Amino acid sequence: MSSWKNSLLPGDWLTLLAGGVLVAWLFATLWHAGPAGKVRIRAGDAVFAIHSLDQERVIEVPGPLGVSRIVIHDHRVRFAASPCRNQYCVHQGWLARAGQVAVCLPNRVSIELSGEKGYDSLNY
Amino acid sequence: MTPSTIEPTGRDHEVARLAAFAIALHLAEAVVPSPLPGVKPGIANIITLYVLHRYDFATAAWVALLRVFAAALLLGNFLSPTFVLSLAGALASLMVLALARHLPGSHSGPVSHSVLAAFAHIGGQLLVVRLWLIPHAGLAYLVPLFAAAALFFGTLNGLVAAKLLTSNAKEEA
Repeated sequence: MSSWKNSLLPGDWLTLLAGGVLVAWLFATLWHAGPAGKVRIRAGDAVFAIHSLDQERVIEVPGPLGVSRIVIHDHRVRFAASPCRNQYCVHQGWLARAGQVAVCLPNRVSIELSGEKGYDSLNY
Repeated sequence: MTPSTIEPTGRDHEVARLAAFAIALHLAEAVVPSPLPGVKPGIANIITLYVLHRYDFATAAWVALLRVFAAALLLGNFLSPTFVLSLAGALASLMVLALARHLPGSHSGPVSHSVLAAFAHIGGQLLVVRLWLIPHAGLAYLVPLFAAAALFFGTLNGLVAAKLLTSNAKEEA
């Protein structure tokens, strides 16, 4: 097995090190999901509501099966109750990071977190 | 039979022979399932590296590009997105190899070339995917995974190429 080592010259180790650093840097920068600021709730093919995560709130979203209850608490959001059979959406638990999604397909309700802080308006 | 007006030279035969090796490896790899579409070992590139070291850059470019075209025809995806990605990867890695072969040979060998080419390969492919196939920023999420795969398989292929080059040199000596 020593011949494997012999085929690595000092510059090769340097290249491998640089490659490792590059990969680590890519993971650090691109897999850093920021904290979420807003949740977008969809029912069917329309956006039902967009809420800030700063305010505690319970949202009842009607779907074809019944009402899905979505809870915003402590800058997190979850499906608290859903009329679907599998309860996948409920078991997914709390979502807190931007980009996270929970979907209740049977009831056609989905929640999606986005990173923007969500200004009401901007004036210059 | 109509006599051919093209007289293949010995070098043409050599290129064809090497390209055939690369095509065989490419086809063998095509049937291996992958956990993530796009993550492949790229073992055909071992041939490209071998040719780059034993012959010259022009021969390596011929072998790499012939392999891309011939393998696409054999797999039936010529001119499909798969083929375009394959070509983009090959062109990007050849460009980097053209520069990397000027690295001091006393300090860097096939492993350096392989790793650099692997990064260029996935870089070129991701660029095409981003600009043409999936113009969505969410693609950035997959970049670290592809880069990690490039580092891993680039190192592996480079080691195999280095091994091939040294064992072949011994046989001829």
